[in-house]
Amino acid sequence: MAYHTILYFGLFLPVMLLLYQLAPARFRWMILLGGGYVFFWSFSGKLLVFLIGTTLFTHYIGILLSDTKLRCRDRLEGCDRTERTKIKKLYKKKERWILTGGVVCLAGVLAYLKYYNFFADNANVLLGAVKSPFLLEPKNLLMPIGISFYTLQAISYMADVYWEKIPAVRHLGKVALFLGFFPQIMEGPISMYSQTGGQLFEGRPLRGDNLADGSVRIIWGLFKKMIIADRLYLFVAAVFDHYEQYSGVIVAAAAVAYTVQLYMEFSGTMDIVIGSGKMFGVDLPENFRQPFASRNAADFWRRWHITLGVWFKTYIFYPMSVSGIVKKWNQFGRKHLNKYMTRLGVSAFALFPVWLCNGLWHGASWNYIFYGMYYFTILMLGIAAEPVRTALLSRLGINENAAWFRTLQILKTWIIIFTGELFFRASGLRAGTAMFVSIFRDFHLSRLWDGTLLGFGLDQADFLAIAAGCLVVAAAGAVNEKKLLKNKGIRILPLPARWAVYYALILAVLVFGAYGIGYQQVDLIYAGF
Amino acid sequence: MNELIMILNELDDSVNWDKETAVIDRRILDSFGVIALVAELEDHYDIEIDAAEIVPENFNSAAAMMEMITRLQER
Repeated sequence: MAYHTILYFGLFLPVMLLLYQLAPARFRWMILLGGGYVFFWSFSGKLLVFLIGTTLFTHYIGILLSDTKLRCRDRLEGCDRTERTKIKKLYKKKERWILTGGVVCLAGVLAYLKYYNFFADNANVLLGAVKSPFLLEPKNLLMPIGISFYTLQAISYMADVYWEKIPAVRHLGKVALFLGFFPQIMEGPISMYSQTGGQLFEGRPLRGDNLADGSVRIIWGLFKKMIIADRLYLFVAAVFDHYEQYSGVIVAAAAVAYTVQLYMEFSGTMDIVIGSGKMFGVDLPENFRQPFASRNAADFWRRWHITLGVWFKTYIFYPMSVSGIVKKWNQFGRKHLNKYMTRLGVSAFALFPVWLCNGLWHGASWNYIFYGMYYFTILMLGIAAEPVRTALLSRLGINENAAWFRTLQILKTWIIIFTGELFFRASGLRAGTAMFVSIFRDFHLSRLWDGTLLGFGLDQADFLAIAAGCLVVAAAGAVNEKKLLKNKGIRILPLPARWAVYYALILAVLVFGAYGIGYQQVDLIYAGF
Repeated sequence: MNELIMILNELDDSVNWDKETAVIDRRILDSFGVIALVAELEDHYDIEIDAAEIVPENFNSAAAMMEMITRLQER
C-alpha cells in the first residue's frame, strides 16, 4: 500500500479521513495512530514491534531526562554558587549518560539490522586474508519499513528534551503518533517534535481548503512519479543493471536520467505525503526546494532532502563543532596556525561525521560511503578555495549575480550532482567506477538522436511525455523560485484558472501516466533506505 | 556591543550588523559562518556555547547574540 498506489489514495486515505472526521476531536489522535499502525503492519507485519518498542523506549528516555532535570532543580534550591556549579555538573553528566544510552540503543538496533551483513562480509574478507578459521555467518535480517526515518525522529526527540528545546512528553500517545504518523512513516519528511508533535494531537476538523490543497498536492506528486519517474525507470534500470554493455553518452544520459527519476519520484512522494498531512490540517516540513537551481554543492544540500540535512546539521554538525576535540583544535590553531587553517580544520572535523553518516544512512554498501565522502571532499574544496575564489572574482571584476555567471555555476553543480548520483545508483563501488570511466569511452553525442535510446523499452511518445513533464515541473519550479505565487500555491489564482490547473493535472496523470499494460509498477526508492 | 560588532565585521564587513535582524533566515551567515562565529565568541567572551544554543533566534541579530552572550556569562 505505497503512497502512489490506488489502494492508498483511493481507499486507505479516504477511509482514514472519514473515520477521523466522524470521531470526536479528543479521540482523533487515536484514529491517526491506529491508521499509522495498520499502514506500517501492511508492509512489515510483526516487525511493528520495532516501532512500538522504539516508541516506548523514546518515551521512557524523555521522562527519565525530565525527571533528572527536576531532581537537579530541587537540589539546587538554597545552595550557594560553588555548590550549584558542582550539582549542575553532576546532573549534566547523568543526563549525558542517559542521552548517550538512548542514542546508542536506538542507533544500535538500526545499525544491527542495516549493517550487520555488510560488516560481516567485509570482516570475512579480512579474516580470510589472514586465513582465520572463524568467519561471521551472514544473517537473514528483516528491516521494518521506515526504520531509518523514525529512528532519526526518535533521536531528535531525546536530544531536544536533553537540550530543553522541548519539555518531555508525558502522554505516550503523543510520542507514538509523532513517530507513527502514516504519511511520514515510509520516506519522511523527518520532522522534529516541535514541528509536528503538537499539530498531530490537536484533532483539528477537516476543512474544505485543506482538502483541496492536499488533493492538488497529491495529484502533483502522482504527475511527477507516473509521467516522468516511472518512465525513466525503464531506461535507468536497463543501463545500470547491464552497465558492462554501455559506454559514452549512454552512461552519461543514464546518470542524468536517474537523477531526474530520483528527484521526480522522491519529491513526488513528498508531495503526496505533505498533501496527505495537509488534508488532516497537519503541516509537514518541506523536503525539496528547486534543487536544480543550486549554485554550488552546499546550496544543493540546502535544497535536496532538506529535513535529512537539517537533522545532520542540528544533531551532528553543530554538536561536533562545539565538541572538546574541536575546542582543542581551536586552541592549537590560535597558537600555531592562522585563522584560515584553523577554520578549515574545524569545518573538516564537523563535516566528516556528517557525510560519513549521510553515506551510511542511505545503505550498507561502499558506494554509499563513497557518495558521502564525495560530497565531503567537494564541500571541503569549496571552503578551502573560497578566499582564492573571492580574490579572483574581484580582480577579474566579475559580478557573482550576473545571469551568465549564475548559469555557469548551476551547470557546474549539475555535473557534480549527476556524477554523485551515478555512484549512488550503481550496484556497488566497482560498478560505479567502471561506469564513470566508461563515459569517456566511445563518446558520440549522435547516439542521443540516432535511435539508440529507443531500444530501452521507451518509444518517441514516452520521451516526449518525459520532456513535456520535465518542462512543466521546471516551469512550476521557476514560479516557486521567484515566489510568483507568494508561497500560497495556486489558491491565489482566479477560480477558472485554478480549476483549469486541477483538470489539466488529473487528465495528464490519467492520459500520460505510466500505468497499465506495458508498464510495471515501480517501488519507491527511498522506502528501501 | 561594539566588541561584538567588531568580531562580526571581521567575518563580513559588508553587512550592517547594527540593523540586521535576519542573519540566519536570510543566510547572511551559513552553518560554516556560524561555527566560525561561535569559536570567536567562545574565545573572546570566555563562554561555552552548547549545540542547543545554535538556533536562529540566538544568531539572527547582534542584539540576540549579545543577549545570549550575557546569559551564558551569568551561568
